[in-house]
Amino acid sequence: MNDIQLQNIRAEFPILQEKIYNKELIYFDNGATTQKPKCVIDRITFGYEHLNANIHRGVHYLSQKATEAHEDARTVVANFLGAKTREEIIFTRGTTEAINLIAFSFGEAFCTEGDEVIVSELEHHANIVPWQMLCERKKMKLRVIPINENGELDVDAYKSLLNEKTKIVAIAHVSNVLGTINPVKEIIQIAHQQNVPVLVDGAQAVPHIKVDVVELDADFYVFSGHKIYGPTGIGALYGKAKWLNQIPPYQGGGEMIATVSFEKTTYNELPFKFEAGTPDYIGSTALAEALKYVEMIGLDQIAEHEHSLLTYCTERLINEIEGIRIIGTAKEKSAVISFLVGNIHPYDIGMLLDKLGIAVRTGHHCAQPLIDSLGIPGTVRASFALYNTKSEIDVFVDALKKVVGMLG
Amino acid sequence: MSIIDLQDEIIEEFSMFDDWMDKYALLIDLGNSLEPLNTENKTPQNIIEGCQSRVWLHAEMHEGNVIYYGESDAVLVKGIVSLLIKVLSNHTPDEIINTDLYFIEQIGLREHLSPTRSNGLLAMVKQMKMFALAYKAKS
Repeated sequence: MNDIQLQNIRAEFPILQEKIYNKELIYFDNGATTQKPKCVIDRITFGYEHLNANIHRGVHYLSQKATEAHEDARTVVANFLGAKTREEIIFTRGTTEAINLIAFSFGEAFCTEGDEVIVSELEHHANIVPWQMLCERKKMKLRVIPINENGELDVDAYKSLLNEKTKIVAIAHVSNVLGTINPVKEIIQIAHQQNVPVLVDGAQAVPHIKVDVVELDADFYVFSGHKIYGPTGIGALYGKAKWLNQIPPYQGGGEMIATVSFEKTTYNELPFKFEAGTPDYIGSTALAEALKYVEMIGLDQIAEHEHSLLTYCTERLINEIEGIRIIGTAKEKSAVISFLVGNIHPYDIGMLLDKLGIAVRTGHHCAQPLIDSLGIPGTVRASFALYNTKSEIDVFVDALKKVVGMLG
Repeated sequence: MSIIDLQDEIIEEFSMFDDWMDKYALLIDLGNSLEPLNTENKTPQNIIEGCQSRVWLHAEMHEGNVIYYGESDAVLVKGIVSLLIKVLSNHTPDEIINTDLYFIEQIGLREHLSPTRSNGLLAMVKQMKMFALAYKAKS
């Protein structure tokens, strides 16, 4: 990506023009949420101004148009993930709801007392707590794949955890704290040798890596729209039709039914069986717009750009910040840098960087078990997106020097 | 000195700085010079959990006045803890319970007390008043 391309991209994100404490905003909290390009913001406005009517059931013109837009969005998501059929895409509120859906519905259909679920040590709470709730409900056991000192999964340990009681494996594609890109294809292959399905939490992966669910052979793949330049409150669950057909609905209500009587309700077919209530058809269409935007720029180009930022920033930090410790040094790493400096508390660094107009995240990043296992109070995390630049990193590194000087 | 006088004194001290960096440098100094809490009082029961940083708070009653001791793992939080102790410590439960803490807002450190910062400070202020209430009930 050359400078002109990058400047053109930045111009499409209105918020990047904001001043924070009279300073240019430097937004390095993309792992938490990304900023939105004008086309996504415009699509939301367009939806409410021109295409707003409740979908699927209406016979009138606007309802049909809104329905088409929502269903076209489903096709966009299906193509984006490489799904075989569009019916395998369920719109959810995001990654968290998608994981809860599977933990509940899969659990109801396939899990009983004594069964086991495997997760890993580097999971976000969203990929821990729903499984813990399942384990509590069904009296099952949660097994945890450990990581090595670089923040990489211990695949041998994983193999030894898999057994005839394992019902499902749930694993992050990319760690939100460490940036580790997990070998999910291998993990899935190993699980499939024992006929165990795998759910992949793709929240931190889809904005950065080209994902093909068929090539990965993932049974379930989930992500959030807002982390890939889309709106909040919308995300998607991909599930192989063979699984989605076998598991019960997660919520009941309108849309998800075929027939309702007080004696018996029959459920709708895929994907509607899992979309109770009025879907977020404005959100889905804006999400599709975001995915099209990402595809227009090209994930390969985005990945290359972000990787160059990751390398540049990591090198500058290591060379210029005394006492810095990078948390997460996996060989395969996404554009996330978690770090600590000496004994300085992450909160102090984050607060002072904020005063300099730089948005980073501090704390346990909703991955408390991981932070506890590392024996640290949390980290400062800088996470990059396609619109970030090397000159922003220059400002960041200089600001960090100043901040460390004040605190050291 | 009354709680009001102590607050006004801090406001005056901070008003000498126009630049946020100087203000924060003072806060860091205050944090670094806060007497560490005795290990016997640095107990799990005395922890006020924040999402990001922790605060320890201990209180004792001495000749009708509440004396506070506190600490935090983050130095900026420790600086504010030190200010809160300076203002509230050594006053009667009634004075503490009825006090309006306006100085933090006035010196421009309000963001540390906003619920989103999750640093335990908001809970600490509540806990300081709870201690005072408890001592009042006891007496």
